[in-house]
Amino acid sequence: MRIIKDKKISDDDWVIVRELDDSAPIPEGNVILPFSYWQANRDDLLKQNSAHAVWIDGDIETEVLSDDLEHFLIIGLDFPAFKDGRSYTHARMLRDRYGFEGELRAMGNVLRDQMFFMFRCGIDCFEVSEGKDAEEALKSFNDFSVRYQAAADDAVPIYKLR
Amino acid sequence: MYKYDNYDQTIVDERVAQFRDQTERFLAGKLTEDEYRPLRLMNGLYVQRYAPMLRVAIPYGLLSSDQLRMLAHISRKYDKNYAHFSTRQNVQFNWPALETVPDILADLASVEMHAIQTSGNDIRNTTSDQFAGIAEDELEDPRPYCEIIRQWSTFHPEFSFLPRKFKIAVSGATEDRAAVKVHDIGLYLVKNDAGEIGFNVIVGGGLGRTPFIGPSIKPFLEKQHLLSYLEAILRVYNRFGRRDNMYRARIKILVNDLGKEEFTRQVEEEWSHIKDSVLKLDQKEIDRVKGFFTSPDYDKNATDDESFDEAEKSNKDFSNWTKRNLFTHRVAGYKAVVVSLKAPGIAPGDATDEQMDHIAELADQYSYGEIVVTHDQNLVLPNVKQADLFSLWKKLSEKNLATANIGLLTDMICCPGLDFCALANAGSIPIAKQINERFDDIDYLHDIGELKIKMSGCMNACGHHHVGHIGILGVRKKDEEFYQLTLGGSAEKDACLGDRLGPSIAKEEVADVISKLLDVYVEQRQDEERFLDTYRRVGITPFKDRVYPKTAVKEKAYANN
Repeated sequence: MRIIKDKKISDDDWVIVRELDDSAPIPEGNVILPFSYWQANRDDLLKQNSAHAVWIDGDIETEVLSDDLEHFLIIGLDFPAFKDGRSYTHARMLRDRYGFEGELRAMGNVLRDQMFFMFRCGIDCFEVSEGKDAEEALKSFNDFSVRYQAAADDAVPIYKLR
Repeated sequence: MYKYDNYDQTIVDERVAQFRDQTERFLAGKLTEDEYRPLRLMNGLYVQRYAPMLRVAIPYGLLSSDQLRMLAHISRKYDKNYAHFSTRQNVQFNWPALETVPDILADLASVEMHAIQTSGNDIRNTTSDQFAGIAEDELEDPRPYCEIIRQWSTFHPEFSFLPRKFKIAVSGATEDRAAVKVHDIGLYLVKNDAGEIGFNVIVGGGLGRTPFIGPSIKPFLEKQHLLSYLEAILRVYNRFGRRDNMYRARIKILVNDLGKEEFTRQVEEEWSHIKDSVLKLDQKEIDRVKGFFTSPDYDKNATDDESFDEAEKSNKDFSNWTKRNLFTHRVAGYKAVVVSLKAPGIAPGDATDEQMDHIAELADQYSYGEIVVTHDQNLVLPNVKQADLFSLWKKLSEKNLATANIGLLTDMICCPGLDFCALANAGSIPIAKQINERFDDIDYLHDIGELKIKMSGCMNACGHHHVGHIGILGVRKKDEEFYQLTLGGSAEKDACLGDRLGPSIAKEEVADVISKLLDVYVEQRQDEERFLDTYRRVGITPFKDRVYPKTAVKEKAYANN
């Protein structure tokens, strides 16, 4: 998958499994699984000695996965449409409240002009949509050099520097 | 007023560059219409019925004379020589070409202005009392808190894609001149038993299709917790506000669906996690921002003047104007002057480039260079010496800016309606014109006294019709414009929603019907009662009976069957 990770373009071999029946066998390889599949097959998955990754959408509250965070290398956050902003709060909850230190990967309709906001909420990896120019997208991290408020990236609001 | 430092200026400059790039990508075909739409909307750029419309933010309505001159310049250079002041204390340009918008933004940035978050599902311009800083009934100036909220909410990474738009208002006075209770969040500065000043937090008010007067969820919030509490409310809303139906997506629906108690519990729970975080405001920052909102150096001898009383006695036009267009100032010998943008024949809230330049000059000459936009679409010169009032009045009259109608029937709130807006079902401006033509006798208007007519061209309620003493809502029936009237609404401390008068009426009958309503008022009023007071005392029946005589109602019911 083509990704932007830590503000650099790269490829990795993680595959997002969008749909998977709870009773399906555990897929091979590095897979980012639907959280519902994780819940249904948690014990079996934990017996495997591999790295774990799940994804959630806006409907799944971060409280539900907060006890399992230690097992996850990656949590995918789905952005189904420009307007659905719930995953911004998911990211901040996972970072600020639950102290998740693994990768937060934005997936779905990841638009260049939203990456600045996503990054500020603690998302450090971005799925590059088909047909989009990743080099161009990188520029968006530099859209603003000043940030008024504290978020998951800056520890202090700007006024403390004034 | 607040002055930008390097940080503030950098943000607006970088925003201009970002939007220029987005617009260039769109014009080059690299962004589709669908992808560009939300980007332009986050910058106040709508594509309307005939042309794009650009909404520019005027934080809490406060403008310097140089900023007003820039608005005049923009209207001349990029538009059709006028601008429209809105009920959010903002300003709108109705005819800019899309490709010139980045240049307009650059011009705005040169005078510390922008169009950030003037549309989109984000936190909009925080509004306030147009008499903030000078009103006698003020406990504390609300504007420093508006500015603190402005900075916190600007490009807030978590709250830029909310279920729906989000509006905050702050008032620091006993009288509510900011329609606080019909906002997503309304804040009243209040004093507790210990004598400390904090905020009474109202959540979930709003107009639109489903109007609500917002309940208080925290009667006293200490100032240091302002931002953490706002963040807690916004976070609960961003997580749980409805996204499946845009007409059910405002926070008022969430508050109403959960109930005030459960909603409050969720906010308090969220707040308990972030209350003592870096969001806690320190007093140093509050004091720093307060330092920008200082009083000018008032003339101690302002009360010595006698010319004002003499002019009032000898000139009836002037005295009509002083009765309606002046507001008591807390400093003796000074007045706040309301410049009426409601002259007959003019679309309410519109000002030409020439008028804007003129007002900017007068502000420099008479009012320390400051102008305030009111939520009822007029402008205020907040600090005018009594001795200057007569010359100011004469100069305002030269440019048709001294209509003596503030708070009167013709001082209507009016949305752009069918003439400009893509959402409207019916015209608003033509109705304003009809009312102005019918009620052109200034003595009659003064006799009728305070009467707030608020008019919207569709149920989105940009003209606040629910809270008008007389509300007028444009509806469409079989492709014709009809108007639904409500009576008895108020947006002040006694906020309430108007009651429906009866079936909607035809376009050409609006002024006739208002005339009948006023007849009932004149017959029924006691002592100094305003229209609203009489209505509250006698109820809707006499008004209904006059407008819809029984036989006519029956006939209509029959015709509808």
